[in-house]
Amino acid sequence: MTTGRRHLDLAAFGARLSGENAPEYWRALEELAEDPSLHEVLREELARESAATGEGVDRRDFLRLMGASVAMGGLAACTPPAETIVPWVDAPEQLVPGRPLFYASAMELDGVGAGVLVESHMGRPTKIEGNPDHPGSLGATDHFAQASILSLYDPERSGTVRYTGDVSTWAAFVSALQATLQTLRGSGGEGLRVLTEGMSSPTAGSQMREILQRYPAAAWHTWQPVTRDSVLEGSRLAFGRPLQTVRHFGGADVVLALDSDFLAREPGFVRYTRDFMDRRRVRAGAATMNRLYVAESMPTPTGTMADHRVAIPAGEIETLARAIAGEIGVGTRVDAGARSAWAEAVARDLRAHPGRSIVLAGENQPPAVHAIVHAINAALGNAGRTVHYIEPVEANPVNQGESMRRLATDMRAGRVRALLILGGNPAFTAPADLEFARAMDFVPFRVHLGTYYDETSARSHWHVPATHFLEAWSDTRACDGTVSIVQPLIRPLYNGASVHEILAALNEDIRTGHEIVRDFWRERARTGADFDATWNRWLHDGVIPDSALPPVSAPASGAIPAAAPRGAAGIEVVLRPDPMIHDGRFANNSWLQELPKPVTKLTWDNAALMSPATASVLKVANGDVIEIEAGGRTVQAPVWSVPAHADDSITLDYGYGALRTGEVGRGTGTDVYPFRTLAGGDIVRGVTVRKTGRRVRLATVQMHHELAWELADGAGARRNIVRSGTLDRYRENPEFLRVPGLEIKGGPSLYPEWPYETYAWGMVIDTNVCTGCGICTIACQAENSIPVVGKEQVLVGREMHWIRTDHYYKGDPNDPDIGMYNVPIPCMHCENAPCEPVCPVEATSHSDEGINEMTYNRCVGTRYCANNCPYKVRRFNFLSYADFETESYKAMRNPDVTVRSRGVMEKCTYCIQRINEHRIEAEKDGRRIRDGEFTTACAQACPTRAIRFGDLNDSDSDVARLRAEPLNYGMLTELNTQPRTSYLGALKNPNPELARRAAPASSTEPAE
Amino acid sequence: MQVFHRSANTLSRFSIFGAVFLVAFALWFVYQLNRSPFATGQRDVVTQPVPFSHEHHVSGLGIDCRYCHTSVETSSFAGIPPTATCMNCHKQIWTGAAMLEPVRASLREGEPIRWQRVHRLPEFVHFNHGIHIQKGIGCVSCHGRVDQMPLVWQEKPLSMSWCLECHRAPEEFVRPRDKVFDMTWEPEDQDEIGPRLVRDYGIRSKTNCSICHY
Repeated sequence: MTTGRRHLDLAAFGARLSGENAPEYWRALEELAEDPSLHEVLREELARESAATGEGVDRRDFLRLMGASVAMGGLAACTPPAETIVPWVDAPEQLVPGRPLFYASAMELDGVGAGVLVESHMGRPTKIEGNPDHPGSLGATDHFAQASILSLYDPERSGTVRYTGDVSTWAAFVSALQATLQTLRGSGGEGLRVLTEGMSSPTAGSQMREILQRYPAAAWHTWQPVTRDSVLEGSRLAFGRPLQTVRHFGGADVVLALDSDFLAREPGFVRYTRDFMDRRRVRAGAATMNRLYVAESMPTPTGTMADHRVAIPAGEIETLARAIAGEIGVGTRVDAGARSAWAEAVARDLRAHPGRSIVLAGENQPPAVHAIVHAINAALGNAGRTVHYIEPVEANPVNQGESMRRLATDMRAGRVRALLILGGNPAFTAPADLEFARAMDFVPFRVHLGTYYDETSARSHWHVPATHFLEAWSDTRACDGTVSIVQPLIRPLYNGASVHEILAALNEDIRTGHEIVRDFWRERARTGADFDATWNRWLHDGVIPDSALPPVSAPASGAIPAAAPRGAAGIEVVLRPDPMIHDGRFANNSWLQELPKPVTKLTWDNAALMSPATASVLKVANGDVIEIEAGGRTVQAPVWSVPAHADDSITLDYGYGALRTGEVGRGTGTDVYPFRTLAGGDIVRGVTVRKTGRRVRLATVQMHHELAWELADGAGARRNIVRSGTLDRYRENPEFLRVPGLEIKGGPSLYPEWPYETYAWGMVIDTNVCTGCGICTIACQAENSIPVVGKEQVLVGREMHWIRTDHYYKGDPNDPDIGMYNVPIPCMHCENAPCEPVCPVEATSHSDEGINEMTYNRCVGTRYCANNCPYKVRRFNFLSYADFETESYKAMRNPDVTVRSRGVMEKCTYCIQRINEHRIEAEKDGRRIRDGEFTTACAQACPTRAIRFGDLNDSDSDVARLRAEPLNYGMLTELNTQPRTSYLGALKNPNPELARRAAPASSTEPAE
Repeated sequence: MQVFHRSANTLSRFSIFGAVFLVAFALWFVYQLNRSPFATGQRDVVTQPVPFSHEHHVSGLGIDCRYCHTSVETSSFAGIPPTATCMNCHKQIWTGAAMLEPVRASLREGEPIRWQRVHRLPEFVHFNHGIHIQKGIGCVSCHGRVDQMPLVWQEKPLSMSWCLECHRAPEEFVRPRDKVFDMTWEPEDQDEIGPRLVRDYGIRSKTNCSICHY
């Protein structure tokens, strides 16, 4: 949706929602406002998609070119091109051509590792899955791991050692390094500084310690833009030393998240979200749920799961935390103003669950909030039960901001003679008030190890390309300290070096990365001669057993720091890492760029996110570029208003806007790092906002593929696309969400029912545990080689994702406790599929296992099927989106899936390649496919296991049992499509005390 | 006044009907051409870097298919032997043969031999050798008498209609599992063993699009 929104009458929304034919669930404010432009856009959806985009080739040119290529293609197609088969000279063991192998490894991000299993086809890594044996993964992954396969093959990664920008060699670099070290050796390394990213590699830690022994006057600095300084400082306030919290959501009945997106962002979230959701799966006979309270400024996936949510500026979280703490008996009572009642109710609920609750705070929040949280957890008796503390997993657990400040000061004072920056892009990401990039010029010998030739490389004498984690040996620790060996799957594609190899060069160590890591662990394994077997076992399992860090007993002091004087009043700015491209390191990753961000569903851009009320106070509309100023620093960003955002608060995602990135990332978004300072922190209060008069088009998919529109009974009533209610209603009558007449099966038919004799594939999606994170989408993209289309194409609704997550609101947008629901929508594989009869060439048909199949080579691109699909899950290749040219991407693609060309329709296949593979394996053994033997890519990656896939004919299968649940419903079943993909309704577990005050009694009924 | 001669009637009739026949013939011709060995490449002998004779190695020496095509029972791809497999024998026999120089060079220099593909399916077709072997489809059914080919050619058209001949009526082609690799086996009574093997082997040869196209 890109229509400019001028006059939003917020008061009218409430009236509209209470009126007759009111939509119970809605997706965008324009819809509530009955904006005529939206009507137009939705009605014209198909036409808009097929319109020429104005850039590149228009329709006329396209036809001309097509005419020419048909004429010439006729000549060329007589003989197929000759193909060669290249066998090995000497075949490696275990490798069967045509069958993939899986290797365990681990991916580290911000110093925390997550275990992965990497699929390798003939030596080429093609897909990343989670490692079920790894405590930080349990078989699922985050979106960064899914997308990292694209980064591996990125042709724009740096590919050569450079000296002052010119091509050089590794040998030349090493000799220059040695020469510099020679001059420093006399003074014990005075002036030698190593700046790493946050990392937990025990090997790198030991290498650094050796270096510091050899050069006692040298120093080790650490900086990662998504820093956890305030978490560390908070624990220092509470316990007197930096500690890390490990949480056990399995034992928590009540959870309070203070500006913490622990279900979709913070380290270890893949594990935590699984544990948390295991307490929310309402099944027949197990009607229990935990209760989640969330206080946050910007709605996050965690916020969408909240049973009670307050939208408050991030700067006021501390007051709320103090108020809750006061009620619990920690510190003095504080008045939380308008939120007192909320704070009291939450505190009472927490007190009622001593030792069975968890309170947590976000990384953005100041140390004091973290100290308060530790004190509350101690007072509630949670410490040692639902939370425990370990030493930080980081190899260098320092206050990174201070570390950078010291480094910048020393650089400016000329005290740094040699600076080695190992990873990261600090010239772009360092706190703005340090002016790090400029300070670098004071250092006479500067080295940068980086994946791209970026801002920092350009300011360094030497640039060394860094290896991808699938290219080099290393090790890393999970969120609970468990060690994994990072095992490479392929030789460096672009001549990279790893951190270990650079550190070895510093140490005059000539061993390879493999030897360094292996020798380090050989010393520690204490298995003597049997080390080979032990090592192989570790590599196979992907974890070193019993290597989790032991809990430390840390009595919290209980004292909480006095409240600091409140900063300037007025509008605040909250800086947070972008949900997709993170701190900017994934800016050149088009999968992440195009993955719709949770809640806003924006792609390819960041924006100044604010509530509709704040936007109307500021008199700005979506796309208006505003200039935000605080303390003399300014940043410009386009406005995007988000219902349920806190008023007087603007959220800015950093990571965008790097000038030196590849073709993909160039020109996307706005750089907001200049606004991020050490002094100001991530919550900047008292900013002034000015309109610039410029406008930017932002590509959001929020109103794409609108389901209910054409079916609207005059008012756009949601026909049971979302069904939600409360746990209490469920306990009274588990079938309370059932709507008579809307069963999945039951429509009249002239034809006898098809007997599905072998398998009947089906999927059940539990909307009650879906956070809307988007990991299913990117996992599907990686598995099925789905192309990206770019911002211009997203703007006209041509994104290609086979599974999308629609975000619905429920209730009055002015209500702070507005309901938010996430509904992943893949192909429904309808038994009466409306797409099938309209295809003139039978390119889409039905299999005897109930799969709605899509045969690409038959498709002639009439798009009748997409036109007739009520779920809007079909995607058309309007242009040649798949990159057939770039060599490296050819190696990346899943060889089991056809790459689609221009003019071909595609859609979710239930991962038919996996079904076929496992059917064949089962047939060879003369058995049926066992439940859980395989699953689809989306279901496999989902951290919450919201998506389950299997055989409905097997009554013991997970999916068959879920389909029999009373909460199960089908979408748009009144069309008699008989969908194979069904949903479980979403339940909230409101606190009766709070619900009594707020709830309009009728809002839990599904729309009839 | 008569502008056209009387014979113009005949001419016009002829050309109108002639055009219809011409178009029909053209369509028929293209259809037939497309299915002819000219287009499918049947029986085209493909020149290989080493003139490896299946006739000699299979009928002459009696080497089993699976000695070289090792993954044919387990994988989609039957496998082309690594140079090392050739050299298992040829380090002892024919060690100096000029014909085998590319093989020795491959081992010496660590450079693989680049064989020309003979049986090529389009990229949107997924064929799995393993399951066909397992269900009792003989090599010879699709590849012809490889044991009589000095240089391998493609015997069958490999067109979709040809695939479907068997997928629609597997009982006409299935053979006992122990005869799968037998080049010379002929059924005594296919009508008798066919349906029985289909039952015994649990053959549900499918004709859904997504069995091969995905």
